[in-house]
Amino acid sequence: MKSIKLKQHTKVDFATYAGVIVAFIIVTLMRSNGLLGRSTIGLLVPICCYVTMAVSLNLTVGILGELSLGHAGFMGIGAFTGVIVSQAMLINGTESVPLRLFAAMFIGAIFAAVFGFLIGIPVLRLRGDYLAIVTLAFGEIIKELITCLLVGVDKKGLHIIFNYNGLKTVSDLHLAEGGQVIIKGAQGATGTNTIASFTAGVILILVALVIVLNLIHSRTGRAIMAIRDNRIAAESVGIPITKYKMIAFVTSAALAGAAGALYGLNYSNLVASKFDFNTSILCLVFVVLGGLGNMWGSIIAAVVLYVLPEELRALGDYRMLIYAVVLIIVMLTTNSSQFKSLAGSLSIRQSKKGVTER
Amino acid sequence: MSKIQREPTKLVPIPSVNRIPERDIDKSPILECQHLGIDFGGLSAVKEFNIAIGRTEIAGLIGPNGAGKTTVFNLLTKVYQPTRGTILLDGVDTHSMDTAAVNRAGIARTFQNIRLFNNLTVEDNVKLGLHNSIKYGMWQGIFRLPGYWKEEKIAHERAMELLSIFDMEPLAGHEAGSLPYGAQRRLEIVRALASNPSLLLLDEPAAGMNPSETAELMENIVKIRDTFGIAILLIEHDMNLVMGICEGIAVLNFGQIIAKGTPEEIQANPAVIEAYLGKRKEEAK
Repeated sequence: MKSIKLKQHTKVDFATYAGVIVAFIIVTLMRSNGLLGRSTIGLLVPICCYVTMAVSLNLTVGILGELSLGHAGFMGIGAFTGVIVSQAMLINGTESVPLRLFAAMFIGAIFAAVFGFLIGIPVLRLRGDYLAIVTLAFGEIIKELITCLLVGVDKKGLHIIFNYNGLKTVSDLHLAEGGQVIIKGAQGATGTNTIASFTAGVILILVALVIVLNLIHSRTGRAIMAIRDNRIAAESVGIPITKYKMIAFVTSAALAGAAGALYGLNYSNLVASKFDFNTSILCLVFVVLGGLGNMWGSIIAAVVLYVLPEELRALGDYRMLIYAVVLIIVMLTTNSSQFKSLAGSLSIRQSKKGVTER
Repeated sequence: MSKIQREPTKLVPIPSVNRIPERDIDKSPILECQHLGIDFGGLSAVKEFNIAIGRTEIAGLIGPNGAGKTTVFNLLTKVYQPTRGTILLDGVDTHSMDTAAVNRAGIARTFQNIRLFNNLTVEDNVKLGLHNSIKYGMWQGIFRLPGYWKEEKIAHERAMELLSIFDMEPLAGHEAGSLPYGAQRRLEIVRALASNPSLLLLDEPAAGMNPSETAELMENIVKIRDTFGIAILLIEHDMNLVMGICEGIAVLNFGQIIAKGTPEEIQANPAVIEAYLGKRKEEAK
């Protein structure tokens, strides 16, 4: 029994990895043969970022079962941390792109994780709607805090001013000769050396998938899902609720931070208002449409729903109308019992288990 | 909210504590409740609850609906913090523990309204019971280090062994929520046992079972006690089960213990008969 069950979820996991790699190869081939337009190529890195965002948010929403509406805030922390790290390394003579990308994503993830932990302390004591509303608030707070930052770098190191009353200017950073201003408050990060690449994005997706999928199918992930399914029962078998909620929340934040770092390094100009409520909701839509707890579903939903509005630009004013209609249709079909039973009879998972639908 | 007032721990023997079976008499009781009580607003849901349970005793807690039986379980597992009194689990005061800590200290329970992890498989449900005996951390899990494989293998074998108590191994891969009612009740017991308790609390284990299933359950409860050498405290309305396997019975009515004793003593106790059946007509006059 175990061997079959193990094979089942391992199979799905490896199919997910393989799908991502195959997609990467196809896109790379198409690109080298000139089959992709300029605008489509420009979408590749953001797609990777949003796929990672969707996978990481699915850990909080689908696996832990808590609605988080501030996920873009962690992306924002990762983005600006990543930009600072990358620019600081460049000014100080590290030109290697892979090294800077890795450092940016890694440190971005750590910063987002630290914020995730700090926010998690009050937030994870709440449940349901209250938790959702407070994460929303924290997401907005993060965005506003980044807007107050003035950051510059020179040979001596980082110069940071927290410009809360808006009275300081860039000259207050007192940068030495050859220094560079990285973040100019509300203007955001400017003059960033754009080093993000599609390859890095795909590697990020794979790393995020390995972390999330392996976590789910381990002791830790089981405990997290137990809390989702029945908190009281989880406590009754000795599972420390707060600890495992925190693990899920912080891991989710860290991955969002890494995705943000890559995102930030894809644009020479980046403002904090990019990481607002709308972006959080966008990620949530990917997760819900792809299926709660379903990682490959999140990936497909993120790709399709990110590309769709861009490709519909030709339709002008009707663009968002069609996007909304598509969203509604997808929601209706994926939630209808007919569709589910059809999908159920097709998938190996259901037929092998042969368990009656509830 | 006013701070919960607790009386200081009293370790003096309490005369109202029930007798424990002779084989356990020389050993300290696994559970001892002294003056346990809880108020909800102005209502004393449980008061002056004194009980001692021997190390390998099967004890029963019975009483009419709303008597406070499940509240006692919730007090023992710290779902509710007692307003008064002391719970000594193997001599250790559980006052500062939360539900998870109480489980780690040795009390496992099932629920009146079944609480399984419905979207997880039967095996995963049992492995969650084993959670605290599986020794590998998050990183070993993520990177699939040798500790992960080793511990998961042990956990799998242990889970199958536990499931075999109720011959449930063939169901291991099924979703817990899709099991029939009786199997869900049995799975809850297996999951509770997996957390390696020294005291198992069963809240209406035979609810919704037919007589033959109940008879089988009775055998299994005794078997569990004999195999694991643990104490079992059960709430049950099925008198055949209670009178058949319990060595000591406490009867609860309106939050208070009205009788304690062996099944024979309980059956002959006028206060118990009155609580269940009401007064005789001529007595009531």
